[in-house]
Amino acid sequence: MADFVVTDQNFEAEVLKSETPVLVDFWAEWCQPCKIVSPIVEELAKEYAGKIKVGKMDVDENPQTAGNYGVMSIPTLMVFKNGQPVKTTIGAQGKDALKRMVDEALAG
Amino acid sequence: MYDVIIIGSGPAGLTASIYTTRANLKTLVIGGVKWGGQLMLTTLVENFPGFPEGIQGPDLMENMRKQAEHHGAELLLEDFTKGDFSKQPFTLFAGDKQFQAKTVIITSGADAKWLNVPGEKERIGRGVSSCATCDAMFFRNKNVFIVGGGDSAMEEALVLANVAASVTIIHRRDAFRASEIMQQRAKEHPKINFLFNSEITEIKGEGRVQSALVKNIETGEVKEMPVDGIFVAIGHIPNTKVFEGIELDEQGYIKVRDHYHTNVPGVFTAGDVHDRSYRQAVTAAGFGCAAALETERWLAMQGKEAEFTAN
Ligand SMILES: Cc1cc2nc3c(=O)[nH]c(=O)nc-3n(C[C@H](O)[C@H](O)[C@H](O)COP(=O)(O)OP(=O)(O)OC[C@H]3O[C@@H](n4cnc5c(N)ncnc54)[C@H](O)[C@@H]3O)c2cc1C
Repeated sequence: MADFVVTDQNFEAEVLKSETPVLVDFWAEWCQPCKIVSPIVEELAKEYAGKIKVGKMDVDENPQTAGNYGVMSIPTLMVFKNGQPVKTTIGAQGKDALKRMVDEALAG
Repeated sequence: MYDVIIIGSGPAGLTASIYTTRANLKTLVIGGVKWGGQLMLTTLVENFPGFPEGIQGPDLMENMRKQAEHHGAELLLEDFTKGDFSKQPFTLFAGDKQFQAKTVIITSGADAKWLNVPGEKERIGRGVSSCATCDAMFFRNKNVFIVGGGDSAMEEALVLANVAASVTIIHRRDAFRASEIMQQRAKEHPKINFLFNSEITEIKGEGRVQSALVKNIETGEVKEMPVDGIFVAIGHIPNTKVFEGIELDEQGYIKVRDHYHTNVPGVFTAGDVHDRSYRQAVTAAGFGCAAALETERWLAMQGKEAEFTAN
């Protein structure tokens, strides 16, 4: 399981103001490629436990945040650090690529 | 050491793996990061036999995957990155993972073609898309362009017309090559407009798509038109860039010899990566089956030859 569900309501408190960096998985029920990425995101949540929080955000139910950050295609993954989006990937990616993105976000 | 490594996990690759595993050949499917192939991007497939009411593309692929794994296929969800096909056994890489195989079946399919105009690449996923079923909902009450003139362009237009404020199909020629029935459906839709003899020459916008330069091919006149989304449906290109040493035709498809052989003995191919004529799920699956049976035959023959030389 990913750590938590991100919503328009809790986005500020849980993501922007979070002490630890947060990986947000923007997804939707109807999005098929999202189903390729979801299981990988869950694995990352386990492997990076303590280093990064992982949240899933349903763009159908939370259009505001997705809109604010210009999400126009899903799956989109964004890493937020100190209230800023520092890394973004769009489209289905393999685990190696996603790990690299998280590592870079943590290092940078 | 694998008896067979199959590259790709669309209908061709998964079908091939069902046959090779059932023939007791040790099989690895390097299925790609985007496993399942093109049907993962569509909704209802109405022409795959056995499903009288149709089946959702992703469900069909999920079923094929289960069937392949049930028979013992190993599936690696990473991209094949390079290979040495110059000597037996073949060496294949997926990133830093290395594998060896007696035979290879290439079923890497095809990917959407892009326009290749300035401003496009950096806006893929920021208003530029090749998959209406994936991204349509982000264009609710927005204005979108579709580029293309075939069935898939009509289909994308109809999907988008359900949510968008307006849809304009931009086509280079003065007539579509889409089937009559699809053209009819698009033409009858009140939200779908048409712009013939026109092409997009540049995409612009602050961080996302906001406008496009559209050129009238007959008059040469270029207009900047405001738009929120651009869906590209101008066909597919075979995924063959990574196969060094494998012969391709002028258009980049793998060149097939007698019965699904490539130019390298022991390397076979199946599906959209070699087939420019049919490009259907059921034909890809059929080619996958045929290539698997050829692989099996070829391995049996090599075995006999080895026995013969040994004696
Ligand atoms: C939107 C859409 C709707 C369609 N609707 C229908 C329909 O209704 N009926 C129908 O019959 N056909 C339909 N088609 C066509 C059908 O999907 C294709 O003909 C079929 O999927 C081809 O199968 P394939 O296995 O050859 O290739 P693909 O489905 O393209 O699969 C290729 C696989 O290889 C993988 N791959 C690529 N490069 C590498 C690499 N380097 N390493 C490892 N793996 C790699 C890809 O990730 C993919 O998983 C549709 C296609 C699209 C795009």
